[in-house]
Order: sequence, then C-alpha cells, then structure tokens
Amino acid sequence: MIGRLLRSVVDRVKPPFEKGGRLGWLHSTFDAFETFLFVPDTVTKGGAHIRDAVDLKRTIFMVVVALVPALLFGMYNVGYQHFLAVGQVSDWWGCFVYGFVRVLPLILVSYIVGLGIEFAFAQKRGHEVNEGFLATGLLIPLIMPIDVPLWMVALATAFAVIIGKEVFGGTGMNVFNPALLARAFVFFSYTSFISGDRVWVRGLGKGGEYVDGFSGATPLSFLGEGSIGRFDLWDTVLGTVPGSIGETSVIAIAIGAAILLFTGVASWRVMGSVFAGGLAMGLVFNLVGGSPIMEVPFWMHPLLGGFAFGAVFMATDPVTAAQTNVGKLIVGFLIGVLCVLIRVVNPGYPEGMMLAILFMNAMAPLVDHYVVAANIRRRARR
Amino acid sequence: MSKVVKLRRGLDIRLAGDPVPKLIVAGEADLYAVSPPDFEGVVPKLLVREGDKVKAGSPLFFDKNNEQVLFTSPVSGVVSEVRRGEKRKLLNVIVQSDGRGESLEFKGDVADVLLSSGLWPMVIQRPYGRIADTGVRPRDIFVSGFDSAPGAPDMNFVLGDRLDDLQKGFDVLGELGKVHLSLDSTRAGVLDKVTGVEVHRFRGPHPAGNVGVQINHINPIRRGDVVWTVDVQNVAIIGRLFRTGRLDMTRVVALSGPMVERPHYLQIVGGAQVRSFVMRSNLKTTNVRLISGNALTGTAVSHDGFVGFYSNQITALEEGNHYELLGWIAPRLDKLSVSKSYFSWLCPGKRYSLDTNLNGGERAIVVTGLWEKYLPMDIYPMHLVKACMAGNIDKMEALGIYEVLPEDFALLDFVDPSKTEVQQAVRQGINLMIKELS
Repeated sequence: MIGRLLRSVVDRVKPPFEKGGRLGWLHSTFDAFETFLFVPDTVTKGGAHIRDAVDLKRTIFMVVVALVPALLFGMYNVGYQHFLAVGQVSDWWGCFVYGFVRVLPLILVSYIVGLGIEFAFAQKRGHEVNEGFLATGLLIPLIMPIDVPLWMVALATAFAVIIGKEVFGGTGMNVFNPALLARAFVFFSYTSFISGDRVWVRGLGKGGEYVDGFSGATPLSFLGEGSIGRFDLWDTVLGTVPGSIGETSVIAIAIGAAILLFTGVASWRVMGSVFAGGLAMGLVFNLVGGSPIMEVPFWMHPLLGGFAFGAVFMATDPVTAAQTNVGKLIVGFLIGVLCVLIRVVNPGYPEGMMLAILFMNAMAPLVDHYVVAANIRRRARR
Repeated sequence: MSKVVKLRRGLDIRLAGDPVPKLIVAGEADLYAVSPPDFEGVVPKLLVREGDKVKAGSPLFFDKNNEQVLFTSPVSGVVSEVRRGEKRKLLNVIVQSDGRGESLEFKGDVADVLLSSGLWPMVIQRPYGRIADTGVRPRDIFVSGFDSAPGAPDMNFVLGDRLDDLQKGFDVLGELGKVHLSLDSTRAGVLDKVTGVEVHRFRGPHPAGNVGVQINHINPIRRGDVVWTVDVQNVAIIGRLFRTGRLDMTRVVALSGPMVERPHYLQIVGGAQVRSFVMRSNLKTTNVRLISGNALTGTAVSHDGFVGFYSNQITALEEGNHYELLGWIAPRLDKLSVSKSYFSWLCPGKRYSLDTNLNGGERAIVVTGLWEKYLPMDIYPMHLVKACMAGNIDKMEALGIYEVLPEDFALLDFVDPSKTEVQQAVRQGINLMIKELS
C-alpha cells in the first residue's frame, strides 16, 4: 500500500531525471535514491534467467550491520573514558549519550564528504552509484581517535575516495582498503593527532580539568615494558580502554565477526589466518625472548590495539585482499605476522595493523599471481 | 562397478515446478522450424524457398563454413515462411506440416548418414562447443546420462522405453570414437542397461550433469585435443535413424518451472511451435517468460517461437518486471539466496517460485572467493572470466578455456551479488578464441 503510493510519487518525479531529460545530468543521483527505495524492475536479459536475491547493497549492508556493536560500544567508551578522565561519575546511559554526540559529527562528515565525491564521480561517468562507501564511511570514524579534528576527517576521506578508489575506477577496482588509506593519510600528515597518549580520550589534548595523573595512554603503549599498563586483560577484552573509537572492544568485534562469517560476507580464510599469523609471530618472539616486549605472551597480541578490528573488518575486504582462496590464507597470515613484527621490533610505531594490512594489500596481487601460476603449471602437467 | 566421482562444489537451485513423471503425447503441431541461431557459429545458406515441398530429412540450409553440414526438415510439408530479423539475419525456416510423416530414406556410412540426415549437428565438438568438424575424429565421445539443472527432465524416464534406440545410437557413435557415458550414481534406470560404453558415475549438485564438468574429471581436454559430446536423448534419435532408416525427430521434453500449473513431460516432434504444446491454460500467469531449455542456460521464446534444436525442456518463469520497496533491507522470505544474509537457510527444503528480476543492479566484481564454490573443476573462474573480458588469448588458454562452455558458468550468473554476466563473458572469450586461432 505504502509501496504503491511511494512508487507513484517516484514515477511522477522521475521523467526529468531520465537520460536526455531536463535534469538528466543528475541521473545517477536520482537512480541511487530510487534504487535505495525500490529494487528496480530490471529483468535478466542474457545469461541465467533467474538470479539470487543478494546484491551488493545487501552485502555492504551486512558489513554495516556487523559494525553496529563496535560502533555502539565505541560511543559508550568515548563517554566512559571522558568521565573517567574528568573524575565524574556517570551511568552507562550518560556515557553513551556523551559519546554519541561526539562520534556522530565524525560519521556525518565522513559520509557527506565521501558520498558527495562518489556521487559526483558516478554522475560524471554516467555510472550507477556504488554501495561500497556505505561501509567505508562508517569504518573511517571507527578507526580514528575521538579527538581528531573534523576537517582532518574530511580531508582524509576525500583523499581515500579520490586517490584510493576513484582513480582506479571505483569500488571493486581499488588496490588499497580506502578506510585504512584515510587513516594512513592522517597518520603520516598529522602524526601528532593520531598517536601519543593524549588523543584517545575526548578533550585530553586541549587542557581543562582532569584527574591528577590521569593518562590517556593505550594498553599497547606499555607493551615496550612488557605489560599493558594500568589495565587488566578483561578491560581490553571488554573494551573499556583508550583507543580508536571502534577498535577497543574485542567482544563487540567478535559479534561483528560472527555476523560476517555466518552470512558469508567475509572470508573465514582471511580472518582466521590473520589471527593465526599474529599468534605464530608472537610465539616466535616468546621462544626467542630477550626483551620485555618479546616476552609479551603471544595470545595477548590479538586482544590489543587494532588487531581484532583490522582482522575482522579490514583484512577481509574482498577487493583488496587476495582473490584466490590459497592467496587469502597466505595474505591473511602475513598480515598477522607483520602486525606483531611491527609492534615488537619497531619502537616508533606501537601499532602495526594498519601498515601490515596496507602492505599486504599491495602484495596481494603478487601472491595471487603465483597461486594462479601454480594452477596453470598443474593444469599443463595433467 | 566403476568408482563414483563425488562433486562437492555446485548448487541445486530449489526452483518450484519439477516435472512429475507423467507423459502426455502432444497433438501434431501446424508449424515446425529449424532455427539457425540455435547453432553457435553457423552461417546459414538457404537451400529452399517459400512454397517448396519437403520431407523429413530434406535439407533446408547448410553451413557456409562447412558445406557438408546440412540442416534438415523435421517433418514433411511445405516451407511456409523464412523468418528474418535485423540485417536480414536468418531466424527460422518454418515448415507447415502436411501430417503425412513422410521421410527420406537414409543408409550407408555412419558419418555420411549423420550428415545427410541433418543429425550431424547433434554432435558437438570441444573445445568451444560447436558442431563437430567433419574431417576430424575425436579422442573420445562423452555423453551425460543425466541433467542436473533446475526442473530438468529425468533422462531415465524420458528414455524409459527407448533402450533399443539408445543401444543402437551408442553402437553407431562407437564407430566414430570411444564412448563414455556418465550417470547419476543415485539413480538407476534404462541407461544402466546400455552396453559397449565406458560408464562413469557422478554424485553431487548441479552442474554435476554438465558434460563439460564430467570430462574435466574423466579425462580433461588438453591443448590440441578434440572430443565430442552428444546429448543423451539425441543419441536415441540417432539410434532410431540407423534402426529404421527414416528420420524421426520425436522427442520428450519436460514442461517445468514455477509458472506451470501441472508440470509434466510432453512428447513432441523437435522444432514444434511452442503454442502447439504449451497451453495458456496450463500457465499460472500471462506475465510469463517461456524458455527453451532450463532457467539457467535456456533461450527465451515466445508462444509463436519454436522449441530449440537441443532443448529437452521448456521452463516457464514469471517476468520480474516489478519494483520491490526496500527489497534489499527486507527479510525476503520468499526469495532464494545462497548468501545467509537472507533467510532461505532457515527452510532448506522449501521450493521457490523465482522470477526473472535481476534483484539488484550491475556492479564491478566485488565479492571474491564465491564463484569458486560453484564450479567443480580445477579452474580459477574469476581469473578465467577476467581473461575473457580482457581478450587475453594466452591467459584464457592457460586458465582452461578449452574445457569450458558458458553453461558451466551459469551458476555464477545466479550467485554473483554484482550481477556480472559471466556466461556472456565466457561466450565472448570463446568466440574470440575461435576468431583468432582459426
């Protein structure tokens, strides 16, 4: 009923937006909104006459759904860390509302800037607007510190979408994970806004009244001493520690992982092998020993920093990971290995996940090349 | 007892409207046609004009690329119309039946009889799946004894009383090369009684019944190999020709699909006009797409169209030309998906009345690792398809273009969230191979 009413409205508004119409230059934009409301009446022409119910909108939508637990907990944690820092007591609802108000602008900026550029490119090329950014736009704020300036988010998002994605041809053609590219942009251009002890708790970097001796340092930053500072392990699992907005709660991420794996949206091969790689490298360091950071128990690495978030939401990006199943295992494993390697060996970077994934994004086609070459050799030998 | 090849990759699409084992003999149709577009790569040259009298087996046209290959009338009567499309492309050569059932007589050497009777086009050559070259003898001849596509006919039912024809057909083919017959290990029937062939047994979901998949597991096609394939019902038609000396194109097709009121089997003569045996009263809706073949690989036909030369099945689907409010967020309990992001996994036995809606928009390929689950061969489908799209001959060859036909990729069309036209891409690749390497 509502559907039919809405449909008649859309049908009435539509004609000028058709190609060749008065507003034809806005065709892609109109199409994006129309197909958001209605699955189009397109029927199959060549090929199979019947098609699976799933499309890219649904696939990307499942990623967004899987991100929701991490997002909600991230909002709560922003408030929780803030009230801890200022020495106030607040209930969980107060924490959540505080965080919600602070996180929302980041999300809005990321979506508006990113979608704006996506629409413009689609329009220019006469393509349909791709859904990929619906996930990217949520991932970007979740891997930023809460105190990152909005203009920086806007700039980073623009960089990621234009240089990271559109110059390669848009969603599906990109080499690097766009969300991570946005983070890398901030990381290398405005390092002090995304590292150190003061950016992870709202307002800490800007003076004001704080509890004496409160430190906004993340558990990872204590790793050099072979410990996780004032936190206990339960904090890091639950996520009540400072860190990027969405990365802290292993539990919330695990819920997202369960959704992604069950629906088959993310590859278990990538996800599993990232953890396997991280644990293996940690174990190697444990066996070698020699310094406090090397002796950090190997099973602790996946619980800290951005490891879990990267493994579940970033490394599994089907476009930038390897395309072959064997390649997925290799690339995933090496991401885990590199992440722990960077954490332990490089004193400059407490966290290694971002660089590990980006590096393996670049290497994935090479891995695929050798996997496919092996297939070609095997086939030739038959 | 040969060993059973178990295939794990693939998918049985749970489409409603499987045919029940009931055979209805369709009445004589008024019009029959042989349709050049049924034959991939054939350039037709007419041998008849409108008004010419023909018998079953009289040549209607031949292939300019190979003048020995004749295409003949399935019935006796008068050539009533030569239907052409854009650029005068020959669409159908239509024969109005006189109901007398007269046929030319054929006897002699196997290849000669096949060529002169017009049954040679039933012999398909791999690589590329074209009508077999007349001068070449194959390494092997492969026949799939079952069809695993949605709503497909049960060949043991279709051929239940045709053992003599089948045996003769296999014997005749045996004179041209070594014959392999692949059977569904879970079923038994008339095909188990055929002798003189090497039997292979397969088990698993579609496309286990695709002869290309079977060849890949029995003895793969290498560079330079030529193998032949023949549809199992066509083997029986060939056998009958050699037993009686007369061309009899009678065949059984399944009428299936969710829009068929009473799905069943029909005995028709090949090339019959669709309206002569698919009654509108037996369809659930008028907004229907009729397909000569199955829902994955068939060709759309109208009521006025004709059943395809190679079809064992007519499928009726509802046209999906309607909008669906927020369909991509909705639970969509009535739609089938292999992705667990919808809920068809909750009802594993349910049959779905799928329509022809694309269910989304075409996008760049995003989801990787999915296609591999639906192609039970040692081939990287995404890389092969990309090579086809890019027109990279060396890559196509190395990645296995010789072993595949578009039909083997039909499930990928179905499952891909980006709605990539995989079959079309493979067809494009094959056509390029033919063009560049011939």
